[in-house]
Amino acid sequence: MDFSFYFDLPLALRLLLQGTAVILVLFPLAAACSMAERKISAWIQGRPGPNRTMPPFMAYVPVIAPILRSLGLFQLAADGGKFVFKEDPIPGHVNKLYFVLAPILSMIPALTTITVVPFGAYLNQAGAWVPIVLANLDVGLLAVFAVSSLGVYSIILAGWASNSKYPFLGGVRASAQLISYELSMTLSVLPVFLWVNAPGGSGTLSLFDVVQSQSQPGLWGGAWYAFLMPVSAFIFLVALFAETNRQPFDMPESEADLVGGFHTEYGAFKWSLFFVAEYCHMIVGSGIFVLLFLGGWNPLPWVPLQTVIEAIGLAGQPLLTGALAVGIFLGKVVFFIFFFMWVRWTLPRFRYDQVMTIGWKKLLPLSIANLIVYALVIAWIERS
Amino acid sequence: MAVIQVERKPLTLAERTYLPQIYHGLKTTLKHLVAPTVTLQYPEQRPEIPTGYRGVPTLVKDPNGREKCVSCQLCEFVCPPKAIRITPGEIPESSPHAHVERAPQAFDIDMLRCIYCGLCQEVCPEEAIWLQKQYSMTGYTREEMVNHKDRLYELGGTLPDDHFKWDKKKAAEDAAAHGGHH
Repeated sequence: MDFSFYFDLPLALRLLLQGTAVILVLFPLAAACSMAERKISAWIQGRPGPNRTMPPFMAYVPVIAPILRSLGLFQLAADGGKFVFKEDPIPGHVNKLYFVLAPILSMIPALTTITVVPFGAYLNQAGAWVPIVLANLDVGLLAVFAVSSLGVYSIILAGWASNSKYPFLGGVRASAQLISYELSMTLSVLPVFLWVNAPGGSGTLSLFDVVQSQSQPGLWGGAWYAFLMPVSAFIFLVALFAETNRQPFDMPESEADLVGGFHTEYGAFKWSLFFVAEYCHMIVGSGIFVLLFLGGWNPLPWVPLQTVIEAIGLAGQPLLTGALAVGIFLGKVVFFIFFFMWVRWTLPRFRYDQVMTIGWKKLLPLSIANLIVYALVIAWIERS
Repeated sequence: MAVIQVERKPLTLAERTYLPQIYHGLKTTLKHLVAPTVTLQYPEQRPEIPTGYRGVPTLVKDPNGREKCVSCQLCEFVCPPKAIRITPGEIPESSPHAHVERAPQAFDIDMLRCIYCGLCQEVCPEEAIWLQKQYSMTGYTREEMVNHKDRLYELGGTLPDDHFKWDKKKAAEDAAAHGGHH
């Protein structure tokens, strides 16, 4: 097939189309996560979950409609519709401008970080891997860290603008928690980039290059970084739970002691925006974990995608290769979304002082020690 | 001394990392994830009602089709929320059950008042009122929530009778009238 007509389009239009396409996938995926959350919660608790809602006309569709109904997909549509159309009250005591601004602000970093996350790759005519990404920045991971941390501003803003004590406490907790875990998270990925950036080459923080360095042949080249650096992977994962405000770290929300935390005063569409943003953060965070530590779109450790497409004869098919890569990557991300929900029903919420203790007294020293050990080991390997 | 000093063991390193505990917890929740659900799809699937269940109070007939209630009104007097209202009536001479003392002319149980305590069943000397297995009562008006006599018998149906005490009494009376010793 010939796609030259697409590449003849002006760059701005092409980027606009690509960005729209990504958002059109990410946004419904985040919404679908809310239904997945309800279903998985139900299954773990021995319930079937939402399985009743169905528009009357769908009753005439055999097979498919009952399956969709038992998966609760119509419930998802009904809930989405409800959020759009229900009354959206603004309490009288809030700071109106910032109150409305907060949920909008929460969406911006959530949807922005996806731009530097590569979700697949294909082989071009020259036989080189090309990432499928909106912007393959050299500072990829830094950009993600920089922008995703902005997400907490919306929570602080929501907590403050609500002008009521529980949202305020939620906002304060969110900011303290973010600062505590951001440090460990950043320190935990440094060994990965120490290892990726061999001396002599040009330095990079690009996520695509991290995946490429996990797709090399050989025992060391094919190993995912989760095997080479398990401690880093663990710290990153724990910090990811804390940064996305998921249980057991959902201090800002913490409905048992803070009513609803930062979103106590919110309802309807504004409330749902906070949740779509949280799920977007989860999706992007899982994606980054997969890219850094679980080999991105490589199907298995020590089995890079290149081996697979040569084995099944897709080498000359960039479109199919790309689709396969995106599929594998999305599969891993979806597993991690499931893992988030699985952990939610396994671990009780930490107390706030425990969250701080774990962050500052356990994870931070551990990540510093981890960094020092790997720096020494990598220096020793490079020297010999 | 009844005080037992329990030794508080220090946590091991593995326990302090939480990791083995998290692993076992994840295994437990995964087991529950794949286990079959424990809930009922209610309107389609109905729960099995255990014997001795105290549902809606009903009136029952004996195997001969006689209404067991003799309108003694004990249940009406014992009923804590005063849900029962009985109007006693006589049994016509032509009835095959004329030998029975009386029968209710009207028997109303207001299910908006009933608290399902079962005292009426306990107090009934005729075993005529039973709390049976119906557990769901609905209606659109207050009037619909009052069970009248015909409805009470419809809900109650027939229960076996071990005694047939009125028949025995009549047989004894008949025997006495025909030259018995009594």
